[in-house]
Amino acid sequence: MEIPHVADRRHLECDVLVVGGGTAGTMAALTAARHGASVLIMEKAHVRHSGALAMGMDGVNNAVVPGKATPEDYVADITIANDGIINQRTIYQTATRGFEMVQRLESYGVKFEKDEHDEYAVRKVHRSGSYVLPMPEGKEVKKVLYRELRSRGVRAKVQMTNRVMPVRVLTENGRAVGAVGFDTRSGEFVTVAAGAVILAAGACGRLGLPASGYLYGTYENPTNAGDGYAMAYHAGAELSGIECFQINPLIKDYNGPACAYVANPFGGYTVNGEGNRFVDCDYWSGQMMAEVKREIDSSRGPIYLKLSHLPDATISEIEGILHTTERPTRGTFHAGRGTDYRERDIEMHISEIGLCSGHSSSGVWVDEHARTTVAGLYAAGDMACVPHNYMIGAFVYGDIAGEDAAAYAKGAARPELPEDQIAAAHELIYKPASNPDGPPQPQVEYKLRRFVNDYLQPPKTERHLSLGLEAFERMRTDIDQMGARTPHELMRCAEVTFIRDCAEMAARASMTRTESRWGLYHSRDDWPLQDDENWFCHLNLSKDSSSGEMRFDRRPVAPYIVPVPGFVRPDGVPDAAAPRAGELAAAWR
Amino acid sequence: MAQANFRADVPVTVDEAKCIDGCTLCVDMCPLDSLAIHPETKKAYMHVDECWYCGPCAARCPVDAVTVNIPYLLR
Ligand SMILES: Cc1cc2nc3c(=O)[nH]c(=O)nc-3n(C[C@H](O)[C@H](O)[C@H](O)COP(=O)(O)OP(=O)(O)OC[C@H]3O[C@@H](n4cnc5c(N)ncnc54)[C@H](O)[C@@H]3O)c2cc1C
Ligand code: SF4
Ligand code: SF4
Repeated sequence: MEIPHVADRRHLECDVLVVGGGTAGTMAALTAARHGASVLIMEKAHVRHSGALAMGMDGVNNAVVPGKATPEDYVADITIANDGIINQRTIYQTATRGFEMVQRLESYGVKFEKDEHDEYAVRKVHRSGSYVLPMPEGKEVKKVLYRELRSRGVRAKVQMTNRVMPVRVLTENGRAVGAVGFDTRSGEFVTVAAGAVILAAGACGRLGLPASGYLYGTYENPTNAGDGYAMAYHAGAELSGIECFQINPLIKDYNGPACAYVANPFGGYTVNGEGNRFVDCDYWSGQMMAEVKREIDSSRGPIYLKLSHLPDATISEIEGILHTTERPTRGTFHAGRGTDYRERDIEMHISEIGLCSGHSSSGVWVDEHARTTVAGLYAAGDMACVPHNYMIGAFVYGDIAGEDAAAYAKGAARPELPEDQIAAAHELIYKPASNPDGPPQPQVEYKLRRFVNDYLQPPKTERHLSLGLEAFERMRTDIDQMGARTPHELMRCAEVTFIRDCAEMAARASMTRTESRWGLYHSRDDWPLQDDENWFCHLNLSKDSSSGEMRFDRRPVAPYIVPVPGFVRPDGVPDAAAPRAGELAAAWR
Repeated sequence: MAQANFRADVPVTVDEAKCIDGCTLCVDMCPLDSLAIHPETKKAYMHVDECWYCGPCAARCPVDAVTVNIPYLLR
């Protein structure tokens, strides 16, 4: 393919640039437009079916519905699930604004389960509170959002470029001023000048290699290769909790959720090979994953999701959910293996490692306004460090980022874009095309991700992690030599650079935190104990502005604004008062 | 670099008899951009073995021409 000259480019402008049109990105765009901003969504896929919600979702994992739970319960639950290391003000937003988000989605046409009294039918999966709200028609959620984006009124304010993939955020004097990328079909070079930039590019789902060896057989939507993490890092933003990996219990080989959240309320549960229950709570946490791994590795393994004891009608109902929404090919998979829920329980396994704050807590450091540490740069959704934020949290933080970014962009100057950064991004994007006979992306990526498995999978040790780091340094050379022949291959090659960046961050962060914490997520065999004296703090990483090296800073855990019954803060910092009404940005009206 | 061509079983198949000339819906919708219109047959086909077995291609096809199988390594 022909490489465009760096000056030969499509140039776009907007007030608010949204990178990634998934859950958080679509909501960010809707809110920013409502606040008067001109918005551009750049999506590497097609917004209609992109991201985690490509085929919808079967339920809300974390809705605090008035009368069913309180924001205080939720904040306390999530604080405990994170061993106390949490900025409660960020979680409090999800807790207090989630219900209005449910209502907003309802006003768009999304349906949530109600009981016979027309009340939201929330269910208990977490340790203490009930926050799981099924969405019987959840497969339509992205369709509804897309329709909203195309609706009259919004349409004029929101541009969408599908199949265009930013690779770097542009900064000027420490402020985000745009982005640079390319069209993954035509190969055209693209620059954007923006008043503010919202990164909503999802998890780093292509970090570990699934046991199947299939590069795209990941738990996360494989378009989310850690693009947002790498872009935020290179823009100078802080990332936090990167050592707290995402690992999930999934249908073995299929590598999608089964899922206990769906099956639990119907009477399904997880058992070991002897048919006995071994976890008392099916809520996904590092602790639960440690128990799952222990059981699988023991003579009592493997583990199963048990449904076969349920009546036929109940199983049909479960199938009606699992085989039509979220990951609808679950049915195809079971049929291929001859597995019928009525006769055989479903063998479960643990996933490859990833980075994701939607499920765990690894992400770009944000405050309760979705602001990163770089002015004018926001992060929302799975890539933003708001632990266990899931879908509703992605919507809430998309909303918050959209509102704050629209206000920021209004007053922001529009400097000339930095040509040196544009040239560097051009080199990053097109280099593989200048070397079409170099090793192809599938081989390079396979090797890189195999090293991730070899050296980063918990339990972690200093020796393994340093070997991993060496491997990731070596992979820089492989990546330099990687070859591509089409714009599509260039997209995959750029993704490999993001995966490498994330692997390095994951290794270095895991080495730095010399203790074990969060169950399996950061279990260090050479530092087996939780060390509250030295490590009751956030571990943030960033690119040092003078040396260009990765640096680490400890950030203290902010005073709690919600008391956590039964949990004593090891640092003795007293609680602060909860935010007063109006102190946090107003929720959507 | 020495090279060899690699033959792969791809998960998504298209019934060419059903696929409508001029339609590009599945190609437009695939999150991984793994489908394309074949320049000769003018029918949709999977041009790379990259698939999340997610299903928008099949769900959106107006004539049910698309079948999503589980990728061989997982099947
Ligand atoms: C299989 C599965 C099941 C789940 N089940 C539930 C559930 O039942 N309940 C629940 O509450 N939560 C669930 N979750 C979690 C929830 O879906 C996510 O937390 C949430 O959707 C994340 O939203 P997001 O916007 O961060 O990411 P996404 O919705 O994935 O959006 C990210 C977008 O960014 C795009 N993108 C990535 N990189 C680039 C780039 N460089 N340039 C342009 N675009 C880019 C992607 O194509 C994608 O569209 C599930 C997640 C998965 C994967
Ligand atoms: S199943 Fe998903 S990833 Fe595979 S071809 Fe269809 S739309 Fe694309
Ligand atoms: S959606 Fe169906 S008819 Fe349209 S191009 Fe694809 S296979 Fe052909």
